[in-house]
Amino acid sequence: MTSPTFAESRFGLGPRGDDGTVSIGDPRSWAVAQIARFQPAIANLPSRAAIATELADFYELRRTAKADARQESPPSVAMMSKAAMPKAAVDPAIKAARREARDGYARLVGARLASALSTPTPFLERITHFWANHFAVSAQKVTTVGFAGLLEMEAVRPHVTGRFGDMLLAAEQHPAMLFYLDQAQSIGPNSALGQRAAARGANRGLNENLAREILELHTLGVRTGYDQADVTEFARALTGWTVAGVGRGPGARFVTGNPGDFSFVDALHEPGARTILGRRFAEGGEGQARAVLEMLAVHPATARHVATKLSRHFAADDPPPAMVARLERAFLSSGGDLPTVYRALIASPEAWDETQPKFRSPWDWTVASLRAVGTREVQPLPAVALLNQLGQPVWMPPSPAGWDDDAASWAGPDALVRRVEAAQRIAERANAVDARSLAPVLLGAQLAPATATAIARAESPTTGLALLLASPEMLRR
Amino acid sequence: MFNRRKFLANGVLAVSAACLNPHLAFAAGAESGDKRFVFIIQRGAADGLAILAPTGDPAYAGLRGDLAADIATGTKLDSMFTLHPALAQTAKLYAAKEALLVHAVASPYRDRSHFDGQNVLESGGLAAYRIKDGWINRLLGELHGGKAVALSPTVPLALRGAVPVESYAPSNLPDASDDLLIRIGDLYAQDRQLGPLWNQALAARAKAGDSGDAKGAAAAGTLAARLLGGPDGARVAMIETNGWDTHNGQRGRLTAQLTGLDSLLSALKSGLGPAWRDTMVIVATEFGRTARANGTGGTDHGTGALAMILGGAVTGGRVMADWPGLAPQALYDGRDLKPTMDLDVLITDSLARHFGLDPIRTSSILFPDRRA
Repeated sequence: MTSPTFAESRFGLGPRGDDGTVSIGDPRSWAVAQIARFQPAIANLPSRAAIATELADFYELRRTAKADARQESPPSVAMMSKAAMPKAAVDPAIKAARREARDGYARLVGARLASALSTPTPFLERITHFWANHFAVSAQKVTTVGFAGLLEMEAVRPHVTGRFGDMLLAAEQHPAMLFYLDQAQSIGPNSALGQRAAARGANRGLNENLAREILELHTLGVRTGYDQADVTEFARALTGWTVAGVGRGPGARFVTGNPGDFSFVDALHEPGARTILGRRFAEGGEGQARAVLEMLAVHPATARHVATKLSRHFAADDPPPAMVARLERAFLSSGGDLPTVYRALIASPEAWDETQPKFRSPWDWTVASLRAVGTREVQPLPAVALLNQLGQPVWMPPSPAGWDDDAASWAGPDALVRRVEAAQRIAERANAVDARSLAPVLLGAQLAPATATAIARAESPTTGLALLLASPEMLRR
Repeated sequence: MFNRRKFLANGVLAVSAACLNPHLAFAAGAESGDKRFVFIIQRGAADGLAILAPTGDPAYAGLRGDLAADIATGTKLDSMFTLHPALAQTAKLYAAKEALLVHAVASPYRDRSHFDGQNVLESGGLAAYRIKDGWINRLLGELHGGKAVALSPTVPLALRGAVPVESYAPSNLPDASDDLLIRIGDLYAQDRQLGPLWNQALAARAKAGDSGDAKGAAAAGTLAARLLGGPDGARVAMIETNGWDTHNGQRGRLTAQLTGLDSLLSALKSGLGPAWRDTMVIVATEFGRTARANGTGGTDHGTGALAMILGGAVTGGRVMADWPGLAPQALYDGRDLKPTMDLDVLITDSLARHFGLDPIRTSSILFPDRRA
């Protein structure tokens, strides 16, 4: 008999403290039923076009600022003492543009968190976060700070209960991905623009970053049999995939479409047929790389890769082989139909082993803690700061591989202290929550007597709540 | 040592003398004007017997043993009481007659739960959870004009109620309190994964030094002074201090706690400048700690406690206590300092005098369940 609180933590985002003892019923049915009810739309998102226009304006500002600086430098500057020299003055307009971009990022983090706190389908919300991390982009680049969060909203959410292949295509054609993995800069050496650049002696050409990461991270997985030639050929097929309306990158004037939208520029595309994983892809403009993605989306190695990651997320850091095999079969037999995979996941006994808890990532723990104390609305900037301090800034993983999904990455001495500090902070901000009555609501059968005793003996209601949030049971799901 | 009855007889007990004076006319409410009030709550039950030690009581040394070692270097206030050495600035306030120390005091609460005790202390009820708002908020209703602010992320119970109150806290993650760290350590000790990680974390923390506490406390004092400053500043503020629940390692922890409190008070005074003259600070805790040291270098939950009233508007420089003594038969339940003075009355009288309020009405508003 699975305890409901375990189900809500393992498959959902943790029980909401203010839901009291509302029963979720049979945990497996509870999870399955959410698949049909998932609502991809999220309120109050900034538009892609607005972000693209802001980015274009930013580049324009920077260009004019540089030009102004060159013009205005008086010849006497060399005579000025070093102390009197202005410190690499940054144009206030550029500063304002940067601030605007950061605020936009924070608003998106706020929207993600608000959805996580109030969602009626927490299992699918968790799955959304899983896929956003699978198709990881980082908001740390000027070009991606605004778009990174939108990838989750626009490319992941609409396909969470659809086909893997559709999500793959949407993610790879998203401006965040095209900028983050440098696809927007890639030029086919024999394309019209490539030839023109070569004639000028400019060193511009192919960038294989996106092609490599699609194979290594998004589909087949590392060391699954593709080689450098496959990467290069795939990179050639991808040339021409870029972003409209940002006024930057090779052949910006050839790019058509609404600002921020995916655009295919034939003048950048490497002409000719390509051979990838032994299969020939005829020339077909934008469709050539699309055909490659379609092949990769249903490849057995992709099925195994996805099944392994899902099993790691829902069962154990060392994915149980039987479960991986089960999910792999579900993926392959359905052609990458994600609901079929999720149902196989929910049916896997390995995911319901309460004796093998997963260590919560900082994001996971923060969401669970805020839900626990009944928070529904959050201020974006403090939320951004909290996740930074906990070591998992939203949409800023250290590499395209995304955040690790195991205890070894998150259970460290310093990380633990930070979590306790954050627990204290969250507890201080929670209004009139009595941890003594909340603990059984949150943890059910998992509540250890030692934790209940520690909470009851706490020196103040706030300390009691902090103890609950930082308890061993709450650190895991 | 001063005796409360003697105080009353001599009329030197300024706080109570005011409300006994029949010639003073009181309005139904008062303009807060330049008067300022700061409430500092010590969450966790501060050990009054260590902070203001009754070193003149013949039973004290025997009850406390090694736990009382620090008091040897404290400030001897009279033949009975010695102030903890970590309260050096507070001792100066005492010498300047700006600190009134009130011993063997207690709220109406007589059990030993922090949750319930703090609820009574903050709500002003006779029992826990009987009154939903806080006595400081009800006080605000009596003061016409003047904002109130809590130096915490949310408004604590004592300030909650009908009158809107602001709260203010710095945005960085606070250092977790030592108390929380100790409790977490206990909780993680049995966990194979978390136990060793926690020990490493504490070792790293010890290496980094923990001078942050006093600095943080001084910053809180400075911040409070800023929020209370100027003509538009708050007139009432509440500051929360945690970490007083010293079941073990009391000597070191209490020294750190008191160093923090001392820095806070000192920073508050210097930050307020001339406004200190019009300021009254009350420091209080939910209950005291056992008279006898326990087996783990600390003390357990008790009853009678210490309250401190400080500020330029206070007639201080004295200890107020109807001292019950620490002999076995004098202890409450055979273990705690017996309370001989009501914290409610002390608060009522102090505030009534400070703001020029009718003490009887003030008592009925702040502590409505008390029998008149």
